[in-house]
Amino acid sequence: MEKTGNIIELKDVSLVYEDGCKAVDSFNLEVRRGEFVTLLGPSGCGKTTTLRMIAGFSKPTEGDILLNGRSIVDLPPYERPVNTVFQRYALFPHMNIYENIAFGLKQKKTPRDVIDRKVRHVLDLVDLEGFEQRRVNTLSGGQQQRIAIARALVNEPEILLLDEPLGALDLKMRKEMQIELKDMHDKLGITFIYVTHDQEEALTMSDKIVVMNEGRIQQTGTPEDIYNEPINAFVADFIGDSNIFNGIMTGKLKARFCGGEFDCVDDYKEGTHITAVVRPEDVELTEPAKGTIRGTVDSVIFKGVHYEITVLSGRNEIVSQTVRSAQPGDYVGIHVDPDNIHIMMAEDNTNYFFVDINRDYQLEYNGHVLETNLTKIIPASHRTEDGTVLDAGGEAVDPRRVRIRAAIKPGDMEMTDDQEAGLIQGTISNLIYKGDHYSYIIHTELEQDFIVDDEYLWNMDDRVSLLMPEEKMVFSVRKK
Amino acid sequence: MTRRKFFRYAFLAAMLLFIYLPILILAVYSFTSSTQIGAIRGFSMHNYVTLFTTPELRNMILGTLALAIGSSILATILGTAGAIGAYYSPPGISNLMQTLNQVPVVNADVVTGFSLCILMVVALHVSKDTFIPLVAGHVTLSAPFVFLSVMPKIKQMDSSIYEAALDLGARPSAALFKIVIPQIVPGIFAGFMLAVTLSLDDYFIATYTKPATFDTISTYVVNATKGAQTTIKTALWALSTVIFAIVVLAVVFMNLSAARQEKGGQRVD
Repeated sequence: MEKTGNIIELKDVSLVYEDGCKAVDSFNLEVRRGEFVTLLGPSGCGKTTTLRMIAGFSKPTEGDILLNGRSIVDLPPYERPVNTVFQRYALFPHMNIYENIAFGLKQKKTPRDVIDRKVRHVLDLVDLEGFEQRRVNTLSGGQQQRIAIARALVNEPEILLLDEPLGALDLKMRKEMQIELKDMHDKLGITFIYVTHDQEEALTMSDKIVVMNEGRIQQTGTPEDIYNEPINAFVADFIGDSNIFNGIMTGKLKARFCGGEFDCVDDYKEGTHITAVVRPEDVELTEPAKGTIRGTVDSVIFKGVHYEITVLSGRNEIVSQTVRSAQPGDYVGIHVDPDNIHIMMAEDNTNYFFVDINRDYQLEYNGHVLETNLTKIIPASHRTEDGTVLDAGGEAVDPRRVRIRAAIKPGDMEMTDDQEAGLIQGTISNLIYKGDHYSYIIHTELEQDFIVDDEYLWNMDDRVSLLMPEEKMVFSVRKK
Repeated sequence: MTRRKFFRYAFLAAMLLFIYLPILILAVYSFTSSTQIGAIRGFSMHNYVTLFTTPELRNMILGTLALAIGSSILATILGTAGAIGAYYSPPGISNLMQTLNQVPVVNADVVTGFSLCILMVVALHVSKDTFIPLVAGHVTLSAPFVFLSVMPKIKQMDSSIYEAALDLGARPSAALFKIVIPQIVPGIFAGFMLAVTLSLDDYFIATYTKPATFDTISTYVVNATKGAQTTIKTALWALSTVIFAIVVLAVVFMNLSAARQEKGGQRVD
């Protein structure tokens, strides 16, 4: 069992609820003894469900979970050598601190003097010596969290499972506990499996991060790998801030996106549809003449250690984090080092673009007012009698702070010769035959590239108008 | 201003008088040798002597208490188990159980008693002399109320503490008795007290299901007040007074201990 060095392995684990909803889908993970592994993803991505399957509270409908090489799926939670730190602590309110921590040992009929010694030891470990006789309700949130950790650790589990344990703490406390948890992990050598939706927490503490979305693993790797080489647009967007653009390879190590041709280091065949990711800290603002593309500064926000500067180039927005300030309205060039451009093969070629919110709180794109009601996009918002849209907090929606991003699939758009018929006009800059249809890239007047699938052959450099049915668009809110 | 104040207090006094005067009249007469309400002849304890020395009365009181406590213990166990079961059931079943539990609560006792009598005595041929129909009737009456008083306590409880106990190596039974039950003890106790009160109060279910030779306080009082036996009738005034005194004492004691607990709690903080 020591041969593989894996303490726990999840093999093709799926959990499908009775209503057919897939909580976890073909999950594969190997965790080495002593590793600190984080399951990271937005709420509802299946990370807590995965943890519950390891703890024994849920049973996978498919697949196997091996602990030290032996299947544990049929083992009830009280026979598994793993312990959990729950999100809301789950301390026993009718017991004092000593009894809470001793509970697990008492179930194993541990001698009294051993219990005493171990309880004192873990209290020392979490820095709460002398708290034995205190009641649970006299402790602060941070202290309760430490007791919950002590209560789990005193059983010397092979794996410690932590389900968003710092979620209920304030920011300062959270940062302190992050460091303490990491220290504890290094000191004890116990395997930690940690669940969080906080990407910073994951990057700070983990040896290995598993990014999840909609029940599936998106990417597994070290924090550096995940941050520097995100495998797809979801990971890039979820981990850290990112500028994400659709584009196309235009030559050997050359990619066009965001209205300019950039040198890059990722080698893809010419004509491949790509997604380009550029981290804001890698966007350099230069003299207009020295930039690959040019644009005007739209907004400057002071963030303490840096400025966050949004530049508009055509219809594209590029966010830059820099220590040098700029003034809104400045004309600047944008340069990105080839090393800092991360090119990924586009998965489904979904076109993303930002639409405006006009004075009447309607959605507008390229001068066309869209029918979709803003209140249907912003959660819990409503429109007052004078037409103002108020958000959940009752504040008027500020178009400078809230951006609406539209997504539309290439198969849902059509090209037409009737220039007035579509939402936006452009020229066909590339076409690839894909077996049963052609995939076109339309370069618009607003310096955006749209990918459109069509079964008929159009010619390069044809000027077309793009029909985008609104019911096929998916809108999402992006906060600035 | 003072006139309004006067009316306010006068109204309050009238209301309290309306509530307490009947029982006070009974209490006063219980200490006299009168055989009927109207003329006071003089102070006498003979009603109390009759109450505690007549074997028939004593057996009736003790029997009623035994029935109340026995049936309440059963009802508390069943009601608590039902509430815990409903809480940990899938949502659909849980809602169904909670709705079905409401029906006997609202249902008229006379219907419950009569239908139980039909089921157990007529259909199943269980003899009333076994006390089984009577106990079953009182358990049926009280268990849904226990369910109702336990349920909110379970809902208030942090639902993950049961899982936490399993996680720490407790078997499901240990997790239930050492972790879940202690959390809901106040609800269980309140449910038990409610069950005792309901059993003591009950008349209809007992009339339909009790053995012919057995009487609860309720059924006895109803029969006795119809009869002509005046010594027994006046002894019942004493019984009413004693019950009232016990209730007053219990309420005062409970309020005092609650107040003390509150104070104690503040000191800890």
